[in-house]
Amino acid sequence: MTGEAPAPGPITLDFALRQGGFALEMRERIKARVVALFGPSGAGKTTALESIAGLRRPRRGVIRIGERTLFDAGAGVDVPCHLRRVGYVPQDLALFPHMNVRRNILYGAAAGPGGGFDHVIALLELGPLLDRGVAGLSGGERQRVALARALAASPALLLLDEPLAALDAALRSRILPYLERIRDELATPMIYVSHAEAEVRALADRVVVLDGGRVLRSGAGL
Amino acid sequence: MNEVLSVAGFTAGMAALATAVMLPPGLAVAWVLARRRFPGHAALDTLVSLPLVLPPVATGLILVTVLGRRGVLGGLLERMGLEVMFTWRAVVVAMAVMGLPLLVRSARAGFEQVDRRYEQIAATLGARPSRVFFTVSLPLARRGVLAGALLGFSRALGEFGATIMVAGALPGTRTIAVAIYTYTETGQDAAAAVMLAVSAAIAFGALLASNRLTAA
Repeated sequence: MTGEAPAPGPITLDFALRQGGFALEMRERIKARVVALFGPSGAGKTTALESIAGLRRPRRGVIRIGERTLFDAGAGVDVPCHLRRVGYVPQDLALFPHMNVRRNILYGAAAGPGGGFDHVIALLELGPLLDRGVAGLSGGERQRVALARALAASPALLLLDEPLAALDAALRSRILPYLERIRDELATPMIYVSHAEAEVRALADRVVVLDGGRVLRSGAGL
Repeated sequence: MNEVLSVAGFTAGMAALATAVMLPPGLAVAWVLARRRFPGHAALDTLVSLPLVLPPVATGLILVTVLGRRGVLGGLLERMGLEVMFTWRAVVVAMAVMGLPLLVRSARAGFEQVDRRYEQIAATLGARPSRVFFTVSLPLARRGVLAGALLGFSRALGEFGATIMVAGALPGTRTIAVAIYTYTETGQDAAAAVMLAVSAAIAFGALLASNRLTAA
């Protein structure tokens, strides 16, 4: 996993879904290593991530990573969540409370092919935390464990929902370099949800601006 | 006294076996009721709770019609050489059916308290549904499941109506509850009182443990 990461294939997000009074519609075909989904709360960012992860079923459309189709309503394709190889770090992190740090991180590594456990541990500097329980971790530590758990499963795509929102400014500036390392050292493409411009500028090479369930703009910067 | 011990031991053993028998279907039903919405959800919920409110003797009669020689399953089991009615097997079946509702209710509450988020994230990490169940849902619902198993066990210990219908009061199938009844009927009040004390002690302990699990 050294050297320049190969350019990932395009990500196709061309789908629509409705829940209650809210409708989300995207028609994007994006070629980028880090895509930011940018917009105010309620814009549909989390809903978009959950659709890509397979936790929500769109009403119509296509979701594709490179040439791999995850969802295609017309063709009747709906790959189950556990076969999608889409890593998802939700805003609440959802670290398994009944497992220590090591077992949390290894949870997906057992199922994934290969598994870059050691590399991920080194990358996120988690070695000293491995035998701790998750309840006693600080906010920044929890964030890194959640990232490591998702990465150890060798996902084809990593979804991050506001990874820095719950952290104070000082912690934010300490986690951001880890995210940059993931971007620069692993070949995993990322979709990054945020409403903070500074993060988006620092990380993303492509920005999709969402509001009210619609794409307002999509381009190289904000 | 020897007889008291042997009846108490037999009853506790059968109740333990009944608990083991009711756990797989009980957990499956509890999980399905907690996590899935489907046509027939309410019907399944009601059906599984029915033994709680139906007279136990009526539940016993249903079991007789199912397991009896001319019953749906009874004939099949007999051809397989498995005698059920009026054997220890009938005791286990009656106890399991009577204990099941209590197990399901408590385990279902346990599953409902598990944040779905954990199950969803486990799936995104590549865990198929059965692995999610055994490594995430079940361990996180363990208090409700254990409390339910203890309640089901307690219910099985005290079961009378359904047991007497399918297993009678024969020496080889006599449980504590059935023994109390026959001792009282035949005027052996001292033996009935000892049985009563034994059954109260076991039930008290099981209920206490169950309550501590759900309260904490």
